[in-house]
Amino acid sequence: MLRLEKRPSPSRFWQVATPILAVVLTMIAGGIMFALLGKNPVEAIRTIFWDPLFNPQYAAYSRPQLLVKAGPLILIAIGLSLGFRAGIWNIGAEGQYIMGAIFGAGVGLALYPVETRWVFPLMILAGIFGGWLWAMIPAILKTRFRTNEILVSLLLVYVAQNILASMSLGLMRNPEGGGFPGSRNLSQIPAMQNVELIPGTGLHWGVVAAIIVTIAAYILLQRHILGFQIKLAGQAPRAARFAGVSPERLTLLCMGISGGLAGAAGLFEVTGPAGQISIDFNTGYGFTAIIVAFLGRLNPLGILLAGLLMALTYIGGELASFILGLPSAAIQAFQGMLLFFLLAVDLLTNFRIRFGTKKEVA
Amino acid sequence: MLGGINPSVLVASLMVASVPIILAAIGELVVEKAGVLNLGVEGMMIIGAICGFVTAVTTGNPYLGFVGGAVGGAVLSLVFGFLTQVLMSNQVATGLALTLFGQGLSSLVGQGYNGIKPPPTGSVPFGPLADIPVLGRILFSHDWVVYFSILSVAAVWAVLKFTRTGLILRAVGESHDAAHALGYKVVRIRMLAIMFGGAMAGLGGAYVSLIRVPQWTDGITAGAGWIALAIVVFASWKPARVLLGAYLFGGITVLQLNLQAAGAAIPVQYLSMSPYLITILVLVIMSSGKGKASLNAPAALGQNFHASR
Amino acid sequence: MQRRTMLKGGAALGFATMMGGKVAFAQGLEKVKAGFVYVGPIGDGGWTFQHDQGRLALIEALGDKVETVYQENVPEGADAERVLTQMALSGCNIIFTTSFGYMDATNAVAAKFPDVKFEHATGYKRDTPNVSTYNARFYEGRAVMGTIAGLMTKSNKIGYIGSFPIPENIQGINASFIHAKKVNPDVTISVVWAYTWFDPAKEADAAKALIEQGVDVILQHTDSTAPLAEAAKTPGVIGFGQASDMSAYAPTPRVSAIVDNWAPYYIERVSALLDGTYAQKDTWAGIAGGEVGIGEITEAVPADVKAKAEEVRDAIASGAYHPFTGPLNKQDGSVWLKDGETPDDGTLSGMMFYVEGITGDIPS
Repeated sequence: MLRLEKRPSPSRFWQVATPILAVVLTMIAGGIMFALLGKNPVEAIRTIFWDPLFNPQYAAYSRPQLLVKAGPLILIAIGLSLGFRAGIWNIGAEGQYIMGAIFGAGVGLALYPVETRWVFPLMILAGIFGGWLWAMIPAILKTRFRTNEILVSLLLVYVAQNILASMSLGLMRNPEGGGFPGSRNLSQIPAMQNVELIPGTGLHWGVVAAIIVTIAAYILLQRHILGFQIKLAGQAPRAARFAGVSPERLTLLCMGISGGLAGAAGLFEVTGPAGQISIDFNTGYGFTAIIVAFLGRLNPLGILLAGLLMALTYIGGELASFILGLPSAAIQAFQGMLLFFLLAVDLLTNFRIRFGTKKEVA
Repeated sequence: MLGGINPSVLVASLMVASVPIILAAIGELVVEKAGVLNLGVEGMMIIGAICGFVTAVTTGNPYLGFVGGAVGGAVLSLVFGFLTQVLMSNQVATGLALTLFGQGLSSLVGQGYNGIKPPPTGSVPFGPLADIPVLGRILFSHDWVVYFSILSVAAVWAVLKFTRTGLILRAVGESHDAAHALGYKVVRIRMLAIMFGGAMAGLGGAYVSLIRVPQWTDGITAGAGWIALAIVVFASWKPARVLLGAYLFGGITVLQLNLQAAGAAIPVQYLSMSPYLITILVLVIMSSGKGKASLNAPAALGQNFHASR
Repeated sequence: MQRRTMLKGGAALGFATMMGGKVAFAQGLEKVKAGFVYVGPIGDGGWTFQHDQGRLALIEALGDKVETVYQENVPEGADAERVLTQMALSGCNIIFTTSFGYMDATNAVAAKFPDVKFEHATGYKRDTPNVSTYNARFYEGRAVMGTIAGLMTKSNKIGYIGSFPIPENIQGINASFIHAKKVNPDVTISVVWAYTWFDPAKEADAAKALIEQGVDVILQHTDSTAPLAEAAKTPGVIGFGQASDMSAYAPTPRVSAIVDNWAPYYIERVSALLDGTYAQKDTWAGIAGGEVGIGEITEAVPADVKAKAEEVRDAIASGAYHPFTGPLNKQDGSVWLKDGETPDDGTLSGMMFYVEGITGDIPS
C-alpha cells in the first residue's frame, strides 16, 4: 500500500526533476495517442520538441519565435502570480489584455499621423492604464462590496470582447480600409511599431518587458516588504492582518499590477506581432497565462521556463500539425496531457511516497 | 418598445435556453459545496456533448444519448478528481487544463460525426394542458430535460438542506480537517461530488448537441461552461438562485435578440454585452445588500486535503 | 474564440496591380506542394470545412502532381505569420490563406518569399507580385434565396441572422430583400445581429426570436445548423443551408442552400502553376464560376417557385442579370442606382448601407 508523507520542506531535487519527468511521461502518453491516430509517435514527438529548436530547415526561424510567443504569456503570468500568491484570483487577464490593446492603440490612432518618438512610450502608458483600469473594476467591487473577483473579472472578459468587436467595426476602423473591420496596421507605422530589436532573435519590447518584470518580481518577492506581505497574506491571512497588512490595499495592488501587465502585453502585441485591433485580436493569452503561472509554481523564474515550454508546444505543435498532418485537436489534447502530468508529478516535490500501511491514505 | 414580444413565449424560450447552464451549474454547485473548485466545466460539457451525440447516433436512442453524455462527463471529471484529490495538484490550473484537454479530445472523438442529425427527442405529451393560454406554453410545452433540470435543482436543494448526505457534504466543504476528524472519508466524498458535477455537466453538454442545436461541431458548447461557473458564484452557492441566475442570464440573452427581431432601435453591440453587465450589477447588489453573500462560499473551497496535516 | 472574418475588398485597388503587375511564370512545375491555412477546425461543418473540401477535391483532380499540407485553428495575427513562414520554409510552392484576418500576415510573408505564391481569400491587399486574392460573390446566392423567400412566406415577414455588420453581410441582406420584394411587394425583413460567426446556442435563440415575431423564412449568415434545427420545430417555417449544404435538414426546413465551393478555384490555380500559366490576379467569382453553389431546391418548394428561383440563378450565371440592378434607392430614399445601372465592384465590396424598404440601422 502506498502512502504519502508530507516533506518538511519542498525537495530541491524534485523541483528540478519533476518537469523533466512530466515531459517524459507526456511523450509516452502522447506517443500512444499519436500511434492510435496512425502517426509515427517518435517522429511526432521529435517534431514537437526538437524541430523548433534544432531542425536545420526551421529552427533559425522558429527559435526566435519562441520568445515572441512566450513574451506575453510570461508578462501576464508574472502579474497574475503575485495575486494568486496572496489569494486574489484574477481570472480575467484576457479582458485586461484586450483593454490594454484598445487603450494603447486608441492613443496611437488618435495621434495619427504624428511621427515623433514619444508616441510609442505614450501608447505603452495608455496600454498599462487600460489594463489597470479594467482590473480595478473587480478590485474595487471586491474591496467595497465584497463581490467575488473571480466572477467579475471573468465576466468582464466577455464585455471587453464586445467592446473590441465594436471598436474594430466602428470607432477604430481603418478609414482607408474600404469599410472593412480592423484598425490601421500599427506595426507598419514607424512611430507606433513594436519592432524586433535585434534582427533574427524575435526580441521585441514586450519580451524585454517580460524579462525586466521577471527580475523585478523575483526581487520583490525576495527582498521587498510588499513581497513579504503577499506571501504572508496567501499563507496565513489572519497573521497578515495582525501584521498590519491591509487586505484592501493588497487586493488593489495585486489586481492593479496584474491588470497593468496584461494591458502592457496587449499593447506590445497589438503594435507588434498582431499589428492591429480586429475582432479576433485576442487569442487566449490571458487564459493560457493562468496555466503558465501555475506551471511555474508562481515563481518568477519558474514562470519564465514554463512560458518558454508552453511556447515550444505551440510552435512544435504547429510544425507537427502541418508536416505530419496531425489534427490540431490532437495537439490540444497533447498540451492538456502535458499540463496534467506537470501538475501530477508536482506531488513529488512536496510529498514523499512511502510503502506500508501504518497510516491510512486519505 | 416591447410591443410585439409575447411574454409567455419569451419565458418559454428562456427556460429552454437556460437548461445546459442550469444542469452544469447545479453540478458545479455540489462540487464547490464539497470544497472543490473545478474550472473544467467547459471541458466536461463538451465531452458530454460528443459522448452523448455518439451514443445517441450509434444506438438510435436519444435517452441513451443522455446517459452517454453523463458518463462521458463523469469519466473526464475523474481525471480532475484523481489529480486534485489523490495527487493534490492545484485545482485552478488542473481545471483549466481539463478544459483544454476536453476540447481537444472531443474534437478527436467527433471526427466523422459532422453533419449528422441525431435521433429527435420530443416534447413531453401533456395533451390538452399544453393548450391552456399563457401557462400551457410556459409550463407544458417542453422536452423532458427542461423539467429534469428544474427537478435537479429542487433535489440538490433538498439533499443539501435536509439529508445527512447534504450535511456531510457541507461539512467537508467547510472544514475538511474537522470532517476528517469526525471520521468522514474526505477524499472519497469529494470524488463522488466531482463525478456528480462531471455527470451533470455532461448532461448539459448532451442537451446542447442532442436537443438545443441537434448536431455535432467542434466547440459546440461555445463557452456555456464558463457561464455556468459564473452562475454558481452569482447564486452564492444557493441552489434556488442557480435557477434564478440561469433564467436571468438566459432571459436577457433571449430578450435582446427578441428586441432586435421586433425591430427596436437599440444599440446592438452594447446589448450583446448586457447579460454580463447586468449579472455583475446584480452580483454587486446582492453581495453589498446583506454583506453576507461572499461569506457564503464554502470555507475550504479550492484547498486540497491531506490527512497527515 | 476567434472566427473567420471575411470580406471582399477593393477590386478598384486591384485593377492597378492587374494591369501593371501581371507576371506570368512561363516555367511550369513538375509537382506542386500546396499549403492551406485554416482559421477554424475542419470539423466546423462550415467555412473551414468547405475550404478543406476544396483541398480534397484538388488532390482528387490532380493526383500525385500535388501534395498538400494544412494547418487548422490558426489565430489571425502573429500566429498566422509564423505558420505561413514555416509552410514557406517547408517548401510549399503555393499557400492559400483562407480568412480575411490573414491579410497583413500574408503580404508580410509574401514579401520575404518571392518564389512562393500566396493566395489570400477575401482580402484586397496584393502588395507584391506573388500575392493573389480570391473571393466568392455570396450575394448572388442570396438573390436566389431571397426570391424563394419572397414567394414562400405567408406572413410576409422574412428574417436574416447576421454575423457582424460588415459589407459581406450587408450585401447579403440587401440582395435577399431586393429579390424577395421583387416577387412579393408586401415583404418585410427583420435583421438580428448575433455578433458571432458560430455560436449554435445563440443562433438558435436568434432564430427562435425571429419565429416568435412571425417570421416564417429564415436566412442565416452564421455557420451552424442551429437555426435550421430551430425552424424544424415550428411547422411552416423554412430556412437555407449556409456555407455547406446542410442536407440533413432537407427537404424541409432546409429548402435550398448557399454552398461555398472553392474546388474550382484551387484546381485552376494549382494547375496554372503546373503548366506555367500562373499569374497574379484578383478573383471574385460567383455562381457562374461555380464558387457559389446553389444547393438542391427541395420538393417542399412548389414547382413554380422553384422555376422562378432557377430562372434567377441561371440569369445570374449567364451574366445576363446583376443582382444589384437599378433603379435602387438607399434606405433614406436617395437614388443609389438609376434604371438599368449596376454598381462597380469597389462600391459593392465596401457596401455599408441598406436599400430602401429595410428598417433599422446598421450597428457601428
